[in-house]
Amino acid sequence: MLGEGILKGLGETARNFAGSFVSAERLTTIQYPEERAAPIEATRDFPFLVYDGADWEAGLRCVACQICEKECPPKCIYIVKSTDKKPDALGKPQIYPTRFDIDISVCMSCQICVEVCPFEAIKMDTEFELSTTDRFGGLLYDREQLARSNEYYHTIHPTEAAEVDARLAEEKAKAEAKAKAAAVAAAAKAAAGPAAPKPAAAAAAGAPAASAPAVKASEGEKQG
Amino acid sequence: MKTVEEIKAAIEAAVPGAGVEVVPNPSVSGQHSLRLAASHAVEVATFLRDDAELALDFLSNATGVDWPDKEVSEKVKVTRTVSKIVDGTEQQVEETVEETRKHVVPGCLEAVYHLFSVAKKHGPVVIRMKTANRTDQVHLPSLTPVWRSAEFQEREIFDLFGIVFTGHPDLRRLLMWEEFKDHPMRRDYVEPDDFEYEPTAHDEVLKRAQERRAKLSAVVSGQEGAGA
Amino acid sequence: MSTFVEEKDKLPGWNRPPVIEPDGDGELLEVAMGPHHPSTHGVFRMDVALDGERVIRLKPVFGYLHRNHEKLGEGMSYLGSMPFTDRLDYMCPLTNNWAYALAVEKLTGQEVPERAEYLRVILGELTRVVNHASAIGFLIQEMGASGTPLMYAFKQREKILDLFEALTGARMMVNYMRFGGCRVDATPAWLGAVRKVLDDLPQFADEFENLLRGNEILMARTQGVGILRPELAVNAGVTGPMLRASGVNYDIRKVDGYGIYNRFKFRVPLGEHWDVYDRFMIRLLEMRESFGIIDQALKDIPGGPIMDPKAKLRGFRPKPGEAYGRIEGPKGELGFYLISDGGPNPYRYRIRPPSLINLTVLEDMCLGSNVADVVLIFGSVDIVLGEVDR
Repeated sequence: MLGEGILKGLGETARNFAGSFVSAERLTTIQYPEERAAPIEATRDFPFLVYDGADWEAGLRCVACQICEKECPPKCIYIVKSTDKKPDALGKPQIYPTRFDIDISVCMSCQICVEVCPFEAIKMDTEFELSTTDRFGGLLYDREQLARSNEYYHTIHPTEAAEVDARLAEEKAKAEAKAKAAAVAAAAKAAAGPAAPKPAAAAAAGAPAASAPAVKASEGEKQG
Repeated sequence: MKTVEEIKAAIEAAVPGAGVEVVPNPSVSGQHSLRLAASHAVEVATFLRDDAELALDFLSNATGVDWPDKEVSEKVKVTRTVSKIVDGTEQQVEETVEETRKHVVPGCLEAVYHLFSVAKKHGPVVIRMKTANRTDQVHLPSLTPVWRSAEFQEREIFDLFGIVFTGHPDLRRLLMWEEFKDHPMRRDYVEPDDFEYEPTAHDEVLKRAQERRAKLSAVVSGQEGAGA
Repeated sequence: MSTFVEEKDKLPGWNRPPVIEPDGDGELLEVAMGPHHPSTHGVFRMDVALDGERVIRLKPVFGYLHRNHEKLGEGMSYLGSMPFTDRLDYMCPLTNNWAYALAVEKLTGQEVPERAEYLRVILGELTRVVNHASAIGFLIQEMGASGTPLMYAFKQREKILDLFEALTGARMMVNYMRFGGCRVDATPAWLGAVRKVLDDLPQFADEFENLLRGNEILMARTQGVGILRPELAVNAGVTGPMLRASGVNYDIRKVDGYGIYNRFKFRVPLGEHWDVYDRFMIRLLEMRESFGIIDQALKDIPGGPIMDPKAKLRGFRPKPGEAYGRIEGPKGELGFYLISDGGPNPYRYRIRPPSLINLTVLEDMCLGSNVADVVLIFGSVDIVLGEVDR
């Protein structure tokens, strides 16, 4: 019969049309913005800087190593190092970024900055409703706008944040164990050694020297 | 499939006088290439396509490479006779000095073609052609009469590198607009200075943005000084 | 300014476009179809000279989306170019990533672990399903079906994009493959989700076929239209479903056997009539074959690492040399030609775009047919401008 193929096709369309009244599977449109699609955990939009604790400036994990700046393909990160040092999460004095700008109108969410960061300082956020009316600075985020707490990181990417915390805790434990071992060794050497001022100097020299290899070891772990 | 040396021998047997040389490829991929002289290139290409054993009827990729002029400095031992005072009297003495001589190795533009065979399902066979220099002698024979797939790709090589293919049915720019002047893929191409406002400028763009800002502020302060 | 080069194009030759003589006197109507055109799959222009409804001359003009990707690649490290490959053929970012990773692995000789190869196959075939469903949907829309089959295809595409998001973090611009493996491992939950989506896909393919295959309007408009002879297809470098619709049995998955494709059983559909209807049916049949491949891969995927343990993320400097690596992308043969000079950036980074080279024969197929058929023939070539212009 002429037209049989067309009728068969129309039957498919009719089935989908009628079905959209009765089954949720066939009604596929989500009425955004009143309804939202279910969020997916691994989604990534734009980067943010993680800080530990309550004070964002003191707890910022970033040490301005500028690796993310170099590796960023569209070069949207701009970092200025500090001239002084402040203590980081391990207690060691570290330089920090006085300026950390990301231009999110240039950022292409490729997430290479997250992959290469050795200090777990930059992670991907899930916010995408970021439109602004300010043409020239509205999409240029500075250090303060980018800083978000570790608790926030746990709410948006729970499994990833748990892994990161486990890794950092492991590194911290290793650093502390090494420092303790070095202090014990230095104390033993001082007890066996001749001069009295030596133990104090050795203990002081032992602790920073022990945490430095710990940081280098974690970097090496990240690379490998 | 034959190795590169065997293909070279087959070409030289079929097209006498064709200047073919093997260009080895140091990487692990093992894709060595054959450099063809421009004079017999179309004949060699026709042979490669029509030969019963090779049957390279499929041109997959045609592209250009820019090898800019290189300044090479080498140390040369030069023996010269100079007059020197020896034992109180002036004499002609031979002196050997080490000099650094610089000379420019002229660059060239190169067209690289990757050939496969659909009939025999083998490949790739890589052939290359070099121009004489990068400025005025940039002509190469077009392989479009042999493989139609070279048509758009050779237009792109002409557009982006500047190699002129003689015998191409329609050699115009492909990706850039018709009135565009330069050849963008060359290594010495300088981008026009019309970058937009870049909040996170780096390297070259940052330097040029700072220079322009300095120039503009000099102009503005000059005008203000003149006005006041 | 006319883009027709009249004298030179009348060269004789079996692989040159045919010369159509207009019947009757009168001027030819020169029409620019594009770049603002709802059916040109992007910013693409065709300068068409018409005699009434018949096409006498046709010249494609593109370059509107040219971003000089190849120059960017020269200035960027090897890893930094990976996100840019997503943006080439933006309907199939995972296969673009795979082609680039394959080319670099050919250059350096890196080994890819088993699990990573299986993941690559699963994701590559899911991408092929997405691309072919969308291509058919767009072709039917250009015929005037106002988007109904397209939206059915997009319903499935949404499910697959959600899978991509769950694994890689992004729906389209995935940046997933790395040199020596994949970036993120797949959890058993994700593999279960793929299995669930895969179970619904054959029913979708059946629905699609019922909707379209026997449809008389479709058959009348596409059968016998846009015929491409196999010798011309091979000589013009056409690859992908277009080549197989012209009856040439050349599928790079079978010929090169890259990755682990020689472990999977799948058939390669070939066309007999070389027209638009064949290209549309080939895409439908290849979609079904992809379901089978994903099913086999899900059954056999082993555990293990997903990255080559010796692979370096930063400071990656391959030794000098060159390599050409290619895959069977959903649009055709996507190849990358890399020349390395030992530095961190490639010396020459060339992308062999299947869409551009498939367009070489657009003229041959369209000359002599009606203007309404030009849109269909163009849709059956299935191009993406991001790849044509790079």
